[in-house]
Amino acid sequence: MDLDALLGCVTSSSCLVTQTTSGLIVGMLLFMVAAGLTLIFGVLKIVNFAHGTFYMLGAYIAYSAFMFTGSYVLGVLAGGLGMAIFGVIFERVLISRVYGANVLMQLLICYAVVLICDDLVKIVWGPDFYAMGMPPAFQVPPLFIAGGVVPPFYIMLIVVALAIGGALSLLLGLTRIGKIIRAAAHNPNMVSALGINTTLLYSLVFAVGGMLAGLAGGLAAPVRSLTPGMGFSILIESFIVTVIGGMGSIGGALIAAVVLGLIRSFGTIGFPLFTEGLMYIAMIIILVFKPSGLFGKEIV
Amino acid sequence: MPDIHAAGWGRRTVLAATAALAMPRIARAAANPLKIGIPTILSGPIALLGTSSRGAIQPEIDRINAAGGLLGRQIQPIFRDSKGQPQEAARVARELINTDGCEILLDAEASSGAYAVQEVVRDLGVLCLHSNSETSSLTADPKLRVATAFRCARQGVHDAIVGGAHSAKVATAKKLSKWATCSPDYAFGRDTTAQFLEFLKHFKPDIEVVSQGWPKLGAPDFTEVITKILQAKPQALYSALYAGDLSAFVNQGNVYALFSAMQVFVPAMGDLPVLTAVKSLPAGIQSANRYLPTFPATADNAAWGAAYRKANDNAYPTNWSWENATAMRFIEAAVTKAGSTDGKKAAAALEGMTIDSPFSITGKVTMRAEDHTLIDYAIGWGTTVPKDPFVVDMEPGDWGQIAELEKEWKKTNGYI
Repeated sequence: MDLDALLGCVTSSSCLVTQTTSGLIVGMLLFMVAAGLTLIFGVLKIVNFAHGTFYMLGAYIAYSAFMFTGSYVLGVLAGGLGMAIFGVIFERVLISRVYGANVLMQLLICYAVVLICDDLVKIVWGPDFYAMGMPPAFQVPPLFIAGGVVPPFYIMLIVVALAIGGALSLLLGLTRIGKIIRAAAHNPNMVSALGINTTLLYSLVFAVGGMLAGLAGGLAAPVRSLTPGMGFSILIESFIVTVIGGMGSIGGALIAAVVLGLIRSFGTIGFPLFTEGLMYIAMIIILVFKPSGLFGKEIV
Repeated sequence: MPDIHAAGWGRRTVLAATAALAMPRIARAAANPLKIGIPTILSGPIALLGTSSRGAIQPEIDRINAAGGLLGRQIQPIFRDSKGQPQEAARVARELINTDGCEILLDAEASSGAYAVQEVVRDLGVLCLHSNSETSSLTADPKLRVATAFRCARQGVHDAIVGGAHSAKVATAKKLSKWATCSPDYAFGRDTTAQFLEFLKHFKPDIEVVSQGWPKLGAPDFTEVITKILQAKPQALYSALYAGDLSAFVNQGNVYALFSAMQVFVPAMGDLPVLTAVKSLPAGIQSANRYLPTFPATADNAAWGAAYRKANDNAYPTNWSWENATAMRFIEAAVTKAGSTDGKKAAAALEGMTIDSPFSITGKVTMRAEDHTLIDYAIGWGTTVPKDPFVVDMEPGDWGQIAELEKEWKKTNGYI
């Protein structure tokens, strides 16, 4: 524990700027993955343990598309679109058969998909790790704001993640399909009785959830290593985000992801040997005092 | 003299009869192959290390088999996936001997698995070569040592001595006294970093460590660790990160211009899969060799690297590749010398054995008798450049200095 260093950091503008932006970057990518996870749970009550696999496959598809086209934007879009399609197939072929089944059955199916996809990645891309490399437009020196270091690529990531989060909120809050999704989360039987095609609706939810994870994988690919099984670590952190934010709450996921990012960012200064532990302590505190999460009642 | 022609013994008949007599012998050799059990990591995030081990072992076995096999028997390797889990490595190793009938173990495991396999070998008494465990105590600690087990890999304390000497030299020339470290948060990362700092301070006592980061193994994001390092404003950074973690660290460090803000020392940077995976390799990182076709700069080494790529779909060899190729050559030499695969006899043959090797400055490597560990392999540090050959100006370590300081280190740790 180094509280002097932590105090020194929060009272220094350069450290404050650097660590805050660092926390936002970590938080925004987490939010993109966790938002899909919490959306699927909110509507379908499915805890998608294969969600990290969506992130991994999105990154690999984005990598291949980037190598083929040379365009980072097309790579990211390919990752998102690929995972939207994969999400629909996953929901139709497997998950639709276990709606209402016990969680263990859902867990087994998701875990099987995780293992199968990890092996498929090894067959298609090989066991080597890959790095996409920084797109040429972002191969520029970092900016210095109030003495703090802020890379332009990360500013772009934060802006894009916020834009996607905003678009998702608008979709759910203002559009007809968003209202139907929210209604289905509250009372799927009533939505079905009104003649709305819930089969299509559920597939759509998985498509959006998959797309968000795929976009996150594609966006992060320039700075992360692509390896089979890379989705596992982000899955755990995404679950912490959904538990803290409240299962099913998009707004809660955003707040929780940013909080976790900041905990990691400043925790590594003040509690270098216990940064991971701080995240779990935050989760335990929420589970003890507000088991539904910070925004648990605010179901999408 | 009987007339074989008169008896119907034509040339074809004689050849056929000779072939028929020889057949059982050939059939026996084929039916009684010499099985070598090879537990290694073939799945999970570091599966590349296992597949690159297999990629180096198989060509060696093909070469031996093409020349008639070992003791007249064709070698049959049996690879098993330990998944990188110690308990699985031990289970697989025992099964390879007891169920599959393997006579020798080539333990291509990471350190955690090697310690578990060592206890299986202690129990079963077969010849075993640990080809990847770099953790020094496996063979340095007499309490852990096993009579029929050997380490055929680079060793952590050797790396620390050479790394400490080289880094101190650079630090003195560039006046680097404030250091930071960033290494994976498990036994390997912590032990390696502590040993490096110990020897760095041995050669340059005025070192001050101003920041230490311990990211989790396989962490997707190093951003907060990188920014923490930047905040501490060190003059030099040491990192024991490796493979995919190192690639991610370099890519994420690049966006913060980390590598132009301080002198960076990374022993595992000189690994071809990492060097080729990082798209914008910063110039000027100080790195040790893992496997480089240019170090040692000999025709034999370059030819081995090229042959490996040809045999493995143009994939690059890793550190584990040369270690396993060397282990296979030691097995070949020891079993031939002993005339047996018996654990005790082959181990006696292997103790102190020296063989020709492309992975040595002198062209020879030795299995040291006193502690069953490999010495005289190519070990050195150089400087990265963004393009092939990626690491230049390699300075070889001094094996005389290594032996001397290793002895002191063993005394300090109560091993001798």
